[in-house]
Amino acid sequence: MKTLLFAMALVAALGACSERPQALQTSKQDTPAYSGTGKAFANPGWKQGDKASWESQLKARSQYGQNDYTRMN
Amino acid sequence: MARMKFICDAERCIECNGCVTACKNEHEVPWGVNRRRVVTLNDGVPGEKSISVACMHCSDAPCMAVCPVNCFYRTDEGVVLHDKDVCIGCGYCAYACPFGAPQFPSQGMFGVRGKMDKCTFCAGGPEANGSQAEFEKYGRNRLAEGKLPVCAEMCATKALIAGDGDVVADIMRNRVLQRGKGAEVWGWGTAYGSKQAGQPGAGAAQGVKS
Repeated sequence: MKTLLFAMALVAALGACSERPQALQTSKQDTPAYSGTGKAFANPGWKQGDKASWESQLKARSQYGQNDYTRMN
Repeated sequence: MARMKFICDAERCIECNGCVTACKNEHEVPWGVNRRRVVTLNDGVPGEKSISVACMHCSDAPCMAVCPVNCFYRTDEGVVLHDKDVCIGCGYCAYACPFGAPQFPSQGMFGVRGKMDKCTFCAGGPEANGSQAEFEKYGRNRLAEGKLPVCAEMCATKALIAGDGDVVADIMRNRVLQRGKGAEVWGWGTAYGSKQAGQPGAGAAQGVKS
């Protein structure tokens, strides 16, 4: 019985000597931009969390804000 | 949606540095770090050209290839971002980048180089969208607010254009057709791999010579 207990204690002690995992923890799981910020301080005209709405909003914004030929003519 | 891209129209850039100022203000970028800057070729010589340069969010980003800790990632929209919790500040990306985009704060003692900082296309980082942690590490996440990068939106002459690659290319193509020159989009071919970029068309070449 003593031998068994000693063996169990030995295994537990050896287990404590094992290394912690050192694999690189990279956070590649970024929240997609179309999910929004959940706050009211955002551009109106699109629904936060709706990908199609976000894409059309950005396309419209890039045309309206940057294409001066369509704005002026 | 296509990839997010930047274009700087050298025919329009007037070297006002409004994009640089807007970026620093929007993201509260620390002293000594410039995510965007304006480069002028043949400064002071008639016909000088200026372009606004920052991270171009390359299709095949060399910074991603050389990073020893793999801290870079690409979003679904093609924006190249990095995780500052993983970055070790080795500077390999700075040597690899053809645009000089990676920046390193040097506020510590003994010339210590901090974690890399670069343009995020106003898309923040891996922290929660719009959170305080994201703002402090990466700046404002304007894409998640339904907005475009502030440098392009603040550009007075609309020399700097940002957004969906198809829309951006369409705007630029229309400009070149209207004025008959200025098809040379510096950096486009390097960043996005277009074979046509940087090759002036027949009409454009005549316009440049005249």
